[in-house]
Amino acid sequence: MYTKINIILAGVGGQGILTIAAILDTAALDNNLNIKQSEVHGMSQRGGAVQSHVRISDQPIYSDLIPQGKADIIISVEPMELLRYLPFLKKDGYLITDSNPFENIKNYPELETLYNEIKSHKNHILIDAMKIAKDLGNSKATNIVLLGAASSLIPLSDESFQKAIATLFERKGERIVAKNLEAFLKGKEIAAELVS
Amino acid sequence: MKKLLLGNEALAQGAIDAGLSGVYAYPGTPSTEITEYIQKSKIAQELNIHASWSVNEKTAMEAALGMSYAGKKSMVVMKHVGLNVAADVFMNMSVSGINGGLVVVVADDPSMHSSQNEQDSRYYGKFAMIPILEPSNQQECYDITKYAFELSENLGLPVLIRLVTRLSHSRAGVVTGQRIAQNTVNLPKIETQFQLIPIHARDRYKHLVDIQPDMLEISENSDFNKFHEGTNKTIGIIASGIAYNYLMENFEDGNCPYPVLKISQYPLPKEPIKELFDTCEKILVLEDGYPFIEEAISDFLGENRKVIGRLSGDIPRVGELNPDNIANALGFDIVINDNLPKVVLGRPPQLCVGCGHNDLFNAINVLKNESATQQVFGDIGCSALGVLSPYESINTLIEMGSSITMAIGASNAGIHPAIAVIGDSTFTHSGMTGLLDAIIEKTSITVIISDNSAIAMTGAQDSAASGRLISICKGLGIEEDHLKVITPLHKNLQENIDIIRDEINYKGVSVVIAQRPCVQLPKEKKDKLKEYTNVSIN
Repeated sequence: MYTKINIILAGVGGQGILTIAAILDTAALDNNLNIKQSEVHGMSQRGGAVQSHVRISDQPIYSDLIPQGKADIIISVEPMELLRYLPFLKKDGYLITDSNPFENIKNYPELETLYNEIKSHKNHILIDAMKIAKDLGNSKATNIVLLGAASSLIPLSDESFQKAIATLFERKGERIVAKNLEAFLKGKEIAAELVS
Repeated sequence: MKKLLLGNEALAQGAIDAGLSGVYAYPGTPSTEITEYIQKSKIAQELNIHASWSVNEKTAMEAALGMSYAGKKSMVVMKHVGLNVAADVFMNMSVSGINGGLVVVVADDPSMHSSQNEQDSRYYGKFAMIPILEPSNQQECYDITKYAFELSENLGLPVLIRLVTRLSHSRAGVVTGQRIAQNTVNLPKIETQFQLIPIHARDRYKHLVDIQPDMLEISENSDFNKFHEGTNKTIGIIASGIAYNYLMENFEDGNCPYPVLKISQYPLPKEPIKELFDTCEKILVLEDGYPFIEEAISDFLGENRKVIGRLSGDIPRVGELNPDNIANALGFDIVINDNLPKVVLGRPPQLCVGCGHNDLFNAINVLKNESATQQVFGDIGCSALGVLSPYESINTLIEMGSSITMAIGASNAGIHPAIAVIGDSTFTHSGMTGLLDAIIEKTSITVIISDNSAIAMTGAQDSAASGRLISICKGLGIEEDHLKVITPLHKNLQENIDIIRDEINYKGVSVVIAQRPCVQLPKEKKDKLKEYTNVSIN
């Protein structure tokens, strides 16, 4: 059986999706897997919609972009941004998102409408990751909570995720590393409760 | 060891390992990270590789040529439209040729993610009659760059490397190799080589024409152009650069049944293309950007349409390639789904919270309500976001520096008020010369330099204008009574409106410098800027 996963990360410029990407990259590299990870730089980074395609496999990976209908998971730090990439989601693929809107446009949709659209997909994890992060005393770790929530769907071990988190936050000090590890595990735990 | 690198970073590492002595560049998406990687590289610092930003792409390329003249290896990096700015030296240094290896790196932006057009730099390479290299993946970004310096020195010509956004900004594992030493100073052997007066230029140009067959031969034998045999001859495929990956994505384990010619080096190799023509029923050309190869190999009248691609409509004529539009062209049963739930709205880029441009546009919009004839000529950079809602303050946006000069022409035509809004770095890049035009003719325009002391849109790099705007404007000859400095803050709104209105009413050239540091700048830089901000004009 091949190891192969396609993940789309979504959000608004500045919300930290590249940190999620960097953790995935580091963990995959540590496992000697192949990686392709595209990201957005430039104009859209200024408060616009941004996405990253992360592809991990033990086989050669050709395209930097995931074809439509081939994403196993979409992880979003914002509920409307999650839905922007629906055409990429595999049948029975997973939607994972924070429930808190980032309202920097006119006529931002009704939250209920957004949530209903998300809930119409069988496989979804819709959580208040921001609150979970805040309760743990680190509101900046919303993205890490979401990664934790997605982690059991990704063929990388918990150890390699945790090692990657420790590596990436190392220069910010032990306390920040510990807070992020806590956020990761909490996200994982909550997702397990929701899915079971 | 395998390192995870962006295409841009792999290219930069390749240049360092090729024995680079200097990189010259002006920031521009999607090319910026190449120069930034060299700036941050410890080994590049130890090796004393020049890596600071130039004022624009033309000055950058000329400096790179100067380093090459002195015998050392140099590189010049820009986004696609930057090559328009540097086109003069680009076209002429292919005639003079180079001394130390010189590599021109241009990152194109198909689909215009952060650009105003999707021009394809391969046309420039062909125009200048120099070799073009087009890597298809991150490993090739590294390998091709090392090769490019070798090729440049072997041919005595600059070599163009063409990237596209998706390769520039995608990471993959890259294996790096040995580092080659830098060159020492070594002046050109032929004294007349760089003296392009007509008598010498004719010789140099003839030499350039004479070595074209050598370039073709090198390209035909290049390891970067690969021919894959295929059993199904109903289609033969030519895939250049990143298109090759999108093609292979469509076949399990990359087992494509059709013959495929992967192109990563130009001039186009004739032999393998002839083989495709001789053996295949049709030829599908996959290339990101313009239909450069397709046009070169199609039949002119289109009566015998054996070649298909963007021109034939099998691939969309505009926008970037992806695995899906290629699957479609291959006749696979896929439906490209662009329909999103109605609840998903567009989210265009916007100014950061606390950005000084915001307060400037608020002032301009009040003045717009006072004068129905007001036209605002905008410019490239973050200030361009004034085109969009909620501001809609800017009427035009074309290219670097055009705000001031378009305002001049519009003023000559009778438009009043004619206001130019330009960022500080765009002003030093291409605005200063236009301002001199206006000053010489005393044209009735108001130039607002929105000075955030950064090249903000590309990541708040150092601006050449920092601390120099007042002296530049004075040096160009602006009247001191019509050079004003304002601070675009909400509390100053009324005062700023009054100052700008007074200058609009002056029948001559005025410059208003709206000064407030970019919010993206780190604190230590902002503190340093305080040394010169709010300095009195006198």
